[in-house]
Amino acid sequence: MPKRTDLKHILVIGSGPIVIGQACEFDYSGTQACRVLREEGIRVSLVNSNPATIMTDPEFADATYIEPITAEFVEKVIAQEKPDAILATLGGQTALNTAIALHERGVLEKYDVELIGADIDAIQRGEDRQIFKDLVRRIGAEVPRSAVCNTMDEVRKTVAELGLPVVIRPSFTMGGLGSGMAYTEEELERLAAIGLEESPVTEVLIEESVLGWKEYELELMRDRNDNVVVICSIENIDPMGVHTGDSVTVAPAMTLTDREYQHMRDVGIQVIREVGVDTGGCNIQFAIHPDNGRMVVIEMNPRVSRSSALASKATGFPIAKIAAKLAIGYTLDEITNDITGETPASFEPTLDYVVVKAPRFAFEKFPGADPTLTTTMKSVGEAMSIGRNFVEALGKALRSLETKSVGFWTQPDAEGVTLESTLKQLERGHDGRLYTVERALRLGASIEDVYRASGIDPWFIEQIAWLGTLRTELLDAPVLDEPLLRKAKRAGLSDRQISVLRPELAGEDGVRMLRHRLGVRPVYKTVDTCAAEFKSETPYHYSAYELDPAAESEVAEQREKPKVLILGSGPNRIGQGIEFDYSCVHAAMALREAGYETVMVNCNPETVSTDYDTSDRLYFEPLTFEDVLEVVHSEQQSGTVAGVIVQLGGQTPLGLAQRLSDAGVPVVGTTPEAIHLAEDRGQFGKVLTEAGLPAPKFGTATSFGEAKEIADEIGYPVLVRPSYVLGGRGMEIVYDEESLSGYIARATEVTPEHPVLVDRFLDDAIEIDVDALCDGDEVFIGGVMEHIEEAGVHSGDSSCALPPITLGASDIENVRRSTEAIARGIGVRGLLNVQYALKDDVLYVLEANPRASRTVPFVSKATAVSMAKAASRVMLGATIAELRAEGLLGRGSAACGR
Amino acid sequence: MTNAALVLEDGRVFRGEAYGATGVSLGEVVFSTAMTGYQETLTDPSYHRQIVVQTAPQIGNTGWNDEDDESSKIWVAGYVVRDPARTPSNWRSKRGLDEELAKQGVVGISGLDTRTLTRHIREQGAMRAGVFSGSDLSDDASMVEQVKASAQMVGANLAVDVTTSSPYVVEAIGEKKFTVAALDLGIKSNTPRMMAARGIEVHVLPLTSSFEDILAVSPDGLFLSNGPGDPATQDHAIALTREALGRKLPLFGICFGNQILGRAVGRGTYKMRYGHRGINIPVIDVTTGKVAITSQNHGFALEGTPGEEFSSEFGRAVLSHYCPNDGTVEGVRLLDAPAFSVQYHPEAAAGPHDAAPLFDEFVTLMNEAR
Repeated sequence: MPKRTDLKHILVIGSGPIVIGQACEFDYSGTQACRVLREEGIRVSLVNSNPATIMTDPEFADATYIEPITAEFVEKVIAQEKPDAILATLGGQTALNTAIALHERGVLEKYDVELIGADIDAIQRGEDRQIFKDLVRRIGAEVPRSAVCNTMDEVRKTVAELGLPVVIRPSFTMGGLGSGMAYTEEELERLAAIGLEESPVTEVLIEESVLGWKEYELELMRDRNDNVVVICSIENIDPMGVHTGDSVTVAPAMTLTDREYQHMRDVGIQVIREVGVDTGGCNIQFAIHPDNGRMVVIEMNPRVSRSSALASKATGFPIAKIAAKLAIGYTLDEITNDITGETPASFEPTLDYVVVKAPRFAFEKFPGADPTLTTTMKSVGEAMSIGRNFVEALGKALRSLETKSVGFWTQPDAEGVTLESTLKQLERGHDGRLYTVERALRLGASIEDVYRASGIDPWFIEQIAWLGTLRTELLDAPVLDEPLLRKAKRAGLSDRQISVLRPELAGEDGVRMLRHRLGVRPVYKTVDTCAAEFKSETPYHYSAYELDPAAESEVAEQREKPKVLILGSGPNRIGQGIEFDYSCVHAAMALREAGYETVMVNCNPETVSTDYDTSDRLYFEPLTFEDVLEVVHSEQQSGTVAGVIVQLGGQTPLGLAQRLSDAGVPVVGTTPEAIHLAEDRGQFGKVLTEAGLPAPKFGTATSFGEAKEIADEIGYPVLVRPSYVLGGRGMEIVYDEESLSGYIARATEVTPEHPVLVDRFLDDAIEIDVDALCDGDEVFIGGVMEHIEEAGVHSGDSSCALPPITLGASDIENVRRSTEAIARGIGVRGLLNVQYALKDDVLYVLEANPRASRTVPFVSKATAVSMAKAASRVMLGATIAELRAEGLLGRGSAACGR
Repeated sequence: MTNAALVLEDGRVFRGEAYGATGVSLGEVVFSTAMTGYQETLTDPSYHRQIVVQTAPQIGNTGWNDEDDESSKIWVAGYVVRDPARTPSNWRSKRGLDEELAKQGVVGISGLDTRTLTRHIREQGAMRAGVFSGSDLSDDASMVEQVKASAQMVGANLAVDVTTSSPYVVEAIGEKKFTVAALDLGIKSNTPRMMAARGIEVHVLPLTSSFEDILAVSPDGLFLSNGPGDPATQDHAIALTREALGRKLPLFGICFGNQILGRAVGRGTYKMRYGHRGINIPVIDVTTGKVAITSQNHGFALEGTPGEEFSSEFGRAVLSHYCPNDGTVEGVRLLDAPAFSVQYHPEAAAGPHDAAPLFDEFVTLMNEAR
């Protein structure tokens, strides 16, 4: 069934700003969709309010509206653009809700626009809990017993029948907003009231608890010829009760027999048909009782979801891309599987590796927040990893998260923990629960004990218990010989983890040297959708350790083009999100165009950078020194590495710059020494003094006494923070001695090896942000932004305007001169972000960061000059003059408000 | 830990640990890409004399239960996995997979790089191989010699080894509507079950049965099962099939049965380079254009072009199904006689149930023939 010819113009709705439960995975899906539709010769209009997205780059749509995603605004766009159809299934819950609102306002009818992918009836059947439950029962499958309630009275009546605990789920909210589990009468009263409040239709579902059941998801796709395929099965290690976005998950499902799996598949297929998702993807969640196999359907999303992004990266099957093709009429068998290049998309991917996804939380930023994991999503990002077995993938996932612990045994146990307290802790979901599992086993718990406490399937617990056995083996071995080292690496242990167990090796570097001397290095395998049944055309790689030294690596030779590695930004977290991925993607585009072979290294499944066709090659790997070094080695074996870019992915890759450089890796752009110059407060002070630039008074303190002295001298309020941080982590404005003392007590725990900075806090100042580019000589000012909030509100939390509104020409000239002086003083080659505060006509330098900033996408969009593209070229040797001649920098800095 | 080696006839050797029983096993090395259903795979008689490589690394997680066997024993000659489970976990599990393999004397190997091995088989084709462990492990040259001395798959008549020794009946579930004679070339347990669920009383007959034996059960239809070996060796089964076609007895064949029906109507069969073994394989029905995701296990296939119509002694026929991955013929249908067959497994086990309606089609054929 070929493409529909009646669709000539499609409006794509994006997902808007990043919120918990709806992050950059929808930029990934939307970007894919726009690309596909335009390739098919269809006019694409796009609405998305988030400028930090790749999809809103001008080349991805014929008309892009950076407008709020509300029915009101989208109606105006429809009136203006007159599209034939709307594709709302790739923009998350926001887009889907907008589609419903447009329908309810009669807009779709009025302008005769068709909803493609899933129509209104299908959306409602999937989203309305009662309709959905009835539907599941009709096809002969089970759902948890439940009732829909609109008042507190109805809630109480229902609970009298079902008994506590119960789950409360408000209708039509995303990321599980407002939902939760009530164990007691009090919790019920509170949660149900919140749920009714959060639901736009004042409706909650009160449901039989399936707490502790095994949790699974299936990703399915359907075409208009009614062909249905399952793309991926996902098993949550955390049993029911923890939101899937907050669970550690594994693909494929690990603990299902074929009978159980096929039953799930049959029900999944019946559900997608009955709901009536005409074309495209959907995600269905199941729970299975661990003792008797009873399976219930929990919910479905009639759209591309966060799990779809994960499933796409986990299998190599690009769900959003295929969904867009299906929406315009193709059938699965008419679409070629890009990865193999010859087989069709009408198949089910099969994996010869294991994928683990782990959530990234930000509880340390919000000391008051409840860190217990519930059915409301609390994570802000996630990392995915691929290994040839579960433990290998798990080890990689844990170190990809960039938390304080980077895998088992890398941090001492908290003081005072006992077996009893550990088992108690396991009863509720929490950040780092698998660390707690490991600790319980190490303290003497049996697999059964841990299962009873946590509900985690014993298979997973046994895997961790086996790591404990391996730990003992590593501790006890007289020497670390090749077979044992290989075994440890094959189990996913990092050099750092091994170094903790073998202190005589003198740290991670010692382990690495030993490992290299013994020839223990990873091979790189390929994600190919088919377990090697067919040749793969797409270089999407992951590392693995094999016992057989003759195991093959699958990285193809590339000796014609110089290679550039771009290090991504890892899991999203507060202060390091989609903006950095945007810069990395731009670098890949610019460098590919300039004739380089681009190689992306990242571990965030939600991003555009980890789409297999963003770069020439993709390594899905943790962004740790060890893992990156091995990728560099692999690429050097197969060609010439011209450079490694570390300044676009935020603090994560920047933090590796010095060590990579020391190891002989050609880090391009601003040198690690220059980075240090900007980050070290004392050194940076010298740069400013030499340039004659004022900075607020400050001092560095390693104790409360010192901090108090400095604060007394410069006067309260003061801004206190640890050095070397991103996103204002641990930054506070303190107004008196008492709160200063409290801060020091907490802050020194955050970063023991770095002192605390005490700055004068500039009340009533105007804060200014500058993004600039320097080629070592010339400086190009990309944009001068004026913050709308006064200084002191973190730049990432304040609104800003470009061009600046209240600054005069002389202020701007001053900003320009200062920025030039700083860029030259530090020795920047690439991007530079400087923050200033203007108070009483004095321009104070707050800080300078020689890397891509959060505002790069914003500046690029606002001025139509891609800062990241230009920066990537500069890092590899191009001058600003050359880029100007190429037209990459527009006609000078219009953004300065001249 | 006991060392083990997988030795291929082209001289390539993969090393790992003994898994299951130790000793030596010889056979054709093939890979299966299924991620679930190892118990069904191991007990599928079609894998007789084959060494099966699982591309999915974590095998044995759900242990071994008493319900999912597809025949009375494990048929694979040898078993190759990367990361076997140490402790199974599933509510139906009765014991570990390693324990079951050892009990049934199946020599396996674990810990090797199954992906490198799979790529090798893909490029070089399925070939003879041996798993050697314990005291049977010797120098590479002599192990390669042993492998080279073993029997080839081409020309192998293996169905005689796996067929039932005496007839047995699987009762219809509910009201009995039809009687089917099922020729056992290596039938899996789920096949008669699928028929029984449709009101069919299934008489499973040994391969040596005569056409009179078939008629003796007064069948409404004849079923040709899956099975191991080279279809070119199956003169007797082909002769029985031709008798049935001549009498217009409704006939349905799967897998090996598809090759037998094909040969009975004059088509040739050939050995594929590495075959189709997995539960994710698309098949397109030439008539409807619809895709079914199917369970497959075949190393031989029918010659011809998908959709091709041809005439036979029994009237016109069409090559009705194909696999879009590589264009392999996956089904044949007679247009002037009530007979059809497919190269894949509508009974699944392991695998998806997309093709189950083919059993209903068989019922329709038998209904129409009344």
